[in-house]
Amino acid sequence: MCKQDKAKTAEVEPSRRSFLTKLWIGLGFIALIEFIWVVIAFLRPRKPRLSEANAEAIITAGPVESFAPASVTAFVRGRFYLSRQEDGGFLALSRKCTHLGCTVPWVEKENKFECPCHASAFDITGNVISPPAPRALDIYKVFIENNIVKVDTDKLIKRSEFRAEQVTYPKKFNND
Amino acid sequence: MTQARTTLFSRIRNSIFWAPILPQNERERKKFLLNNLILHFRPRTIPEQTLKFTHTWGLGGIAAALVMLLFLTGIMLKFIYEPFPGRAYDSIILLQQDVWFGQFIRNIHHWSANILVVVVFLHMVRVFFTGAFHPPRQFNWIIGLILFFLIIISNFTGYLLPWDQLAFWAITICTSMFEYIPGVGMWLQKLIRGGAEIGPESLKTFFTLHSAIVPACLITLMPFHFWRVRKARGVVTPRSLRDKSEPAVIKVPTVPDLILRELVVALVLIAFILVFSIIFNAPLEDKANPGLSPNPAKAPWYFLGMQELLLHFHPLFAVFIIPIFVIGFLILLPYFKYDSDVTGFWFISQKGRRMAMVSAFCAVIATPIWIIADESFIDFTAWLPGLPTVISNGLLPVVIVAVVVIGFYLLIKKKYAATKNEALQAVFVLLLVSFIILTLTGIWFRGQGMALSWPWQVGVME
Ligand code: HEM
Ligand code: HEM
Ligand code: FES
Repeated sequence: MCKQDKAKTAEVEPSRRSFLTKLWIGLGFIALIEFIWVVIAFLRPRKPRLSEANAEAIITAGPVESFAPASVTAFVRGRFYLSRQEDGGFLALSRKCTHLGCTVPWVEKENKFECPCHASAFDITGNVISPPAPRALDIYKVFIENNIVKVDTDKLIKRSEFRAEQVTYPKKFNND
Repeated sequence: MTQARTTLFSRIRNSIFWAPILPQNERERKKFLLNNLILHFRPRTIPEQTLKFTHTWGLGGIAAALVMLLFLTGIMLKFIYEPFPGRAYDSIILLQQDVWFGQFIRNIHHWSANILVVVVFLHMVRVFFTGAFHPPRQFNWIIGLILFFLIIISNFTGYLLPWDQLAFWAITICTSMFEYIPGVGMWLQKLIRGGAEIGPESLKTFFTLHSAIVPACLITLMPFHFWRVRKARGVVTPRSLRDKSEPAVIKVPTVPDLILRELVVALVLIAFILVFSIIFNAPLEDKANPGLSPNPAKAPWYFLGMQELLLHFHPLFAVFIIPIFVIGFLILLPYFKYDSDVTGFWFISQKGRRMAMVSAFCAVIATPIWIIADESFIDFTAWLPGLPTVISNGLLPVVIVAVVVIGFYLLIKKKYAATKNEALQAVFVLLLVSFIILTLTGIWFRGQGMALSWPWQVGVME
């Protein structure tokens, strides 16, 4: 009886032990993953509080008439350019170069945006005139309320090139 | 010795130092080494041949001394520096103008950090060309790679801290490169910046990494690296190419033969850094202005090789695929199969030396020609308008370069009837020298709008 028991445990034990070892290793891995997850969650960029965000994100640019057609106006606080097209439509262009993120100035004389960093150039619609920039300038949503132009700087819209439906038109232009 | 005859002073001293402070004879030296926390990382005796300066060039020791200097000066800087965008730049100005030796300490930190990158790079090259990554030192090569990575991260995170125009735009450009990594790129970029753009969160993150996390990793990994050197019975024993028989090992005591040499190298190094820091100030430009990019905007100099690649290849290849291949190659290097045991020979063999020279020469000629040609008339995007730029400006030129490199391997192997080791080394030299030339081009030959120009036309960039 006693002898039999011993034989049995000798048989069972190695596998039971290796099972427990595996269990511990598995638990260790889970703990490690949890730790990494906590660290990443902790460091993840936080969204600004809603009320603050709303108040700051929507920028009132001004009445439609104050922007001449085929002109570009810089808004330093919103970090964008309000670009009015020849046909009267509005585009809000991000000032960040799509190549490596430099700030692009509007060069009035040459009628284009010229990046000082690696010489990319963009036209008034944000389209790439000369590389290395791979995409047209990002845009923000423009909306016109009671003839006042406003820009929602909360969401950056990425695009590969300029298309007509990206332009926002004031009411009277829309009608004719 | 009875208690009665000792003085209070000698009792205190003996409790701190179990061994004589200045050992006089063999027995005392042995005791000195074993009873010293730092020194007991070293073997008691070492082969005489390994002492020759031109074997290791003292590069590992120099790197360690520089890290110590950086810790010392870094901790001092922390007393003055404030990691907030509104105040960081002003705290550096305060440091330079109102703090005694402030400018001097900053200079030491700055120059040590930059010299360290060069020194660690050369150390790695030395280890490679003396074949010191073969067993039993395989894993120490990996630890070394991690140390290299940590040094680059230290430098990179430190670069942002002064918050001047140079810092702000260099870090903007470098972190923008993440956007081109497929899938996780944007997420990674946001995590590192702590938001969509470089701002207060980025500065806090960078400062924490720079002054806590990376130093903690360094201070644990460096002793591990040294301990591994000891466990491999010291550095590789150099072998002569003329006399291939196993050299007779003459052992000499570590204390004083090795220790004194290390002290001399460290003292010369410190003297050099101090003089250099008295003469040359660390650069500081205007305060960071997110609305105004400087022209040209360059990454820190150790990343300019990559920025140069970015001018020639589609970003997906320049900042992702090519670096992945290089890093993968470096990690796997000790684990490839090699024909013969070449540990300890500089450049494997006489033939290996000649081939390395030819490869370096080819790279020096070919790389500038390729840079100028690509700048002036090669334009796959315009020639193949139907293809997406990932193919025309990415895959296609990369495949062409790869074919040239493989062709070079086969050609030089055949021409010299070389072994696989020697031919691989030749290719390594080719790529290494090309990379150095790319980096130098980025530092000195890129002016306004990143156009090619002469150094005296742009002023030498830091
Ligand atoms: C391997 C170690 C280290 C490297 C490679 C390194 C590198 C750098 C670099 C390149 C800078 C920019 C300096 C400039 O351009 O003027 C810097 C700044 C700074 N570092 Fe370090 N560092 C190291 C360790 C440390 C440690 C351990 C601390 C503190 C605990 C520290 C604290 C600072 C501070 C406060 C600054 C800002 C002051 C300034 O910019 O002059 N560093 N570091
Ligand atoms: C902070 C950076 C580093 C420090 C402080 C350091 C320090 C040292 C020291 C003191 C030695 C003894 C021999 C000598 O001085 O050459 C050594 C050897 C070695 N290091 Fe490093 N090292 C660093 C980075 C690296 C890197 C980047 C690599 C390679 C990827 C590397 C790989 C090795 C190997 C394989 C050895 C053994 C060499 C032999 O046995 O001849 N180390 N290191
Ligand atoms: S960041 Fe504008 S061209 Fe590179």
